[in-house]
Amino acid sequence: MTEIVNGTDVQQTIVSSDERPLLEIKDLEVGFNTQDGLVKALNGVNITLYRGQSLAIVGESGSGKSTTAHAIINLLPGTGHITGGQILLDGQDLAKTSEKEMEAIRGRKIGFVPQDPMSNLNPVWSIGFQVEEAIKANGIATGRKEVKARAIEVLKQAGLGDAERRLKQFPHQFSGGMRQRVLIGMGLAADPQLLIADEPTSALDVTVQRVILDHLESLTRELGTTLLFITHDLGLAAERAEQLVVMYKGRVVESGPSVEILQNPQHPYTQRLVAAAPSLASRRIQSSGGIAAAEASISEDASHAAGETIDLIATAEARAEAIEAAASAPPAIIVEDLTKVFKIRGSGEFTAVDKVSFQIPKGTTMALVGESGSGKSTVAKMLLKLEEATSGKMVVGGRDLATVTGKELFELRSRMQPVFQDPYGSLNPLRNIGNTIAEPLHTHKVGTKASRRARTYELLDQVSLPRTLVGRYPNELSGGQRQRVAIARALALKPEIVVLDEAVSALDVLVQAQILRLLADLQGELGLTYLFITHDLAVVRVIADHVCVMQRGKIVEAATTDEVFDNPKEQYTKDLLAAIPGANIELGA
Amino acid sequence: MAGYIVRRVLQAIPVLLGTTFLIYFMVFAMPGDPVVALFGDKTPPPQVLEAVREQYHLDQPFIVQYLLFLGGIFRGDFGTSFSGQPVSEILATTFPVTLRLALMAIFIEMVFGITIGLISGLRKGGIFDASFLVVSLILISLPVFVVAFVAQYVFAIQLGWFRTTAGPGAPIQDLILPAIVLATISFAQIVRLTRASVIETDTQDFVRTAASKGLSRRRIVPVHILRNSLIPVVTYLAVDFGTLMVGATVTEGIFNVPGVGRTLYQAIIRNEAATVVSFVTVMVLIYLFVNLLVDLLYAVLDPRIRYAK
Repeated sequence: MTEIVNGTDVQQTIVSSDERPLLEIKDLEVGFNTQDGLVKALNGVNITLYRGQSLAIVGESGSGKSTTAHAIINLLPGTGHITGGQILLDGQDLAKTSEKEMEAIRGRKIGFVPQDPMSNLNPVWSIGFQVEEAIKANGIATGRKEVKARAIEVLKQAGLGDAERRLKQFPHQFSGGMRQRVLIGMGLAADPQLLIADEPTSALDVTVQRVILDHLESLTRELGTTLLFITHDLGLAAERAEQLVVMYKGRVVESGPSVEILQNPQHPYTQRLVAAAPSLASRRIQSSGGIAAAEASISEDASHAAGETIDLIATAEARAEAIEAAASAPPAIIVEDLTKVFKIRGSGEFTAVDKVSFQIPKGTTMALVGESGSGKSTVAKMLLKLEEATSGKMVVGGRDLATVTGKELFELRSRMQPVFQDPYGSLNPLRNIGNTIAEPLHTHKVGTKASRRARTYELLDQVSLPRTLVGRYPNELSGGQRQRVAIARALALKPEIVVLDEAVSALDVLVQAQILRLLADLQGELGLTYLFITHDLAVVRVIADHVCVMQRGKIVEAATTDEVFDNPKEQYTKDLLAAIPGANIELGA
Repeated sequence: MAGYIVRRVLQAIPVLLGTTFLIYFMVFAMPGDPVVALFGDKTPPPQVLEAVREQYHLDQPFIVQYLLFLGGIFRGDFGTSFSGQPVSEILATTFPVTLRLALMAIFIEMVFGITIGLISGLRKGGIFDASFLVVSLILISLPVFVVAFVAQYVFAIQLGWFRTTAGPGAPIQDLILPAIVLATISFAQIVRLTRASVIETDTQDFVRTAASKGLSRRRIVPVHILRNSLIPVVTYLAVDFGTLMVGATVTEGIFNVPGVGRTLYQAIIRNEAATVVSFVTVMVLIYLFVNLLVDLLYAVLDPRIRYAK
């Protein structure tokens, strides 16, 4: 980063209005007390938001976007506190407002929709209790009947159809999307002037995400609520907000009208972000022939300017040649009529996977796509023999999994390795990186102590991690670094097949792009076969050769990636594609 | 819910059989002849010994003795102690005393433990928290009989606030000091458990969301923090009941409380199989009952358990 564009300079690009802004943040600074003294999380943030507008703050995790949101409602976590600047809501400085006054502002003037619908409702109280509580606290209604009536109204408004019946239910009886509707309802319960939505849908499936955001948009428009929207997804931000603020390391690096920023990013960081966003990149690759080449060169320029090459297109082209070569060889994985039935106590059976069949040619990548609950992860588990199949046939490397037991299975596992979603949960915090990577070698008694050490270094080189990490522990690493370690561990035994279960879903866009590129490089280098499980079609576009779309345990569409994206046959696939945020935003001048 | 209770009660049967068998066997395997020991230094004629043995079925093989005992329990007959008093009678006089003592101790430890734990958790790192951390450490490291003797010396003998030992019938006021001593065993644990639980809950997302709705801190603390924090504390209460039983044995001895603990201790010394096993059986029963109660309470506190099949 050479220069950080000063927030105040950029401020002028925002469309000015005659009236006073509803929210004006001036040189906001927030710090956290740590053992090493005060650590600044925000370094002079400037944001202006006019009545009735919608504004999105975009940035990767740690950029300070959520901290900004929490500072506005004065609910900073832990030791966080405002160290400077002003937050003017309708002229009143929230940074200097007492806790008592703040309680009156929260809910009534500023509504808040939090990020994770799973953790933001108290599990021990009913939905009705939690909604009514918000209504009572803000004095919207008094008397049991009125409060209840208003609660039903609020939930119906948020899109919960049978609100009367649902009041008595508890959060765990609701799906993620329904919980998010409840949270939106609570945020809007007192009809606030400003609604802050902190990544309101990042924990949800794309199609659910679309429905919820559409609803939020029409609702805020209807009520005339000003919307401050926080997201890490550039495409989503551009699609949903008129104004965009890009944050990086606690500063606003760029702000202005959304489309303008996307089409003509000024700051190097924004340029990198635009270039790496898979939802936007997919659009580029999708175009055919000469246009693709031309656009590819544009994106190349952009990424060079950003000081880093993110060359997904070239990798994709190189892979296309590899697929042709692989077509003649026997497939690495054959799955036929694979079925998994779970017995549910009380309510009979549930077919999670229903007669699924596919083949993966050696050295290629197949993506299994679907929403949560579609059965895609169960397929992966059965293939890894972590879950028993009810019926069906699985052939891996020419061997039928049904007949493989004991020693053979142990041997087979060394040739098929998994990488899981959560880079935090899948590494043992008590083992250092060296031991973690060498563990499969240990288990399979490969080589001597010295050769194992040498292999660990080799693997660290392959996944572009410094050798000095050997003695470090997972908590000292970033999410991206951890996922590299998980990949290195999977590669330790030189497997032929790697099963990647949502392996990049938890990562920031820039890190995601790096990991995807690493995977593509490793595939070219080592001839690996990938089974890539994901809910994110944008990612599929840049990594997969073949796609199988799963819905309710069945494969509804299977084709090459280009076919699926250019010419989807099933309505479900079309819905999934349409739900990719930002896919319909035109890029480039 | 009814099905759940029936299932839990049925589960108690093998537990009861297993524990009584083990205890009966252990008492049986204890060295020395209980009948000879009963007469102390005197040597009674062999006919008398035989008669006593026959009366208590001590001449029968172990398994027969056990089955006779079990059969008796199902008829409501807990056997007879060596003093000639029916065990069920002893139980009837001692259990209410111990129950009173235990309930008082639980009440004291819950009220003080949860209150102090809550305040410590909300003011983590403050003076209040730090001083009670020290107090709880001291209490954890002291064995209960030390606490008992110190309390007896200071509050009963020096200050004269309480009677040194419990009088006949063990009235409530005589049980206050033993109950406080008994409560100190788990008090520190409850403080620490509540504190940790409150600290964890306080950082949960739904607490922030509650604040963002405009709720005051005074409402958030009891409704969203304390209620959720009580779940692990209630679970601990079930385990704690066992500790309380053990503690009662020592405390009742020191304060001369005529409860289960003291009687059981004497029965063990005298090798009285029938009394020991009967007492332990009733204790196991109560323990199982309390655990069932706690599990049901747990379901009241946590709807996720209530609605899971």
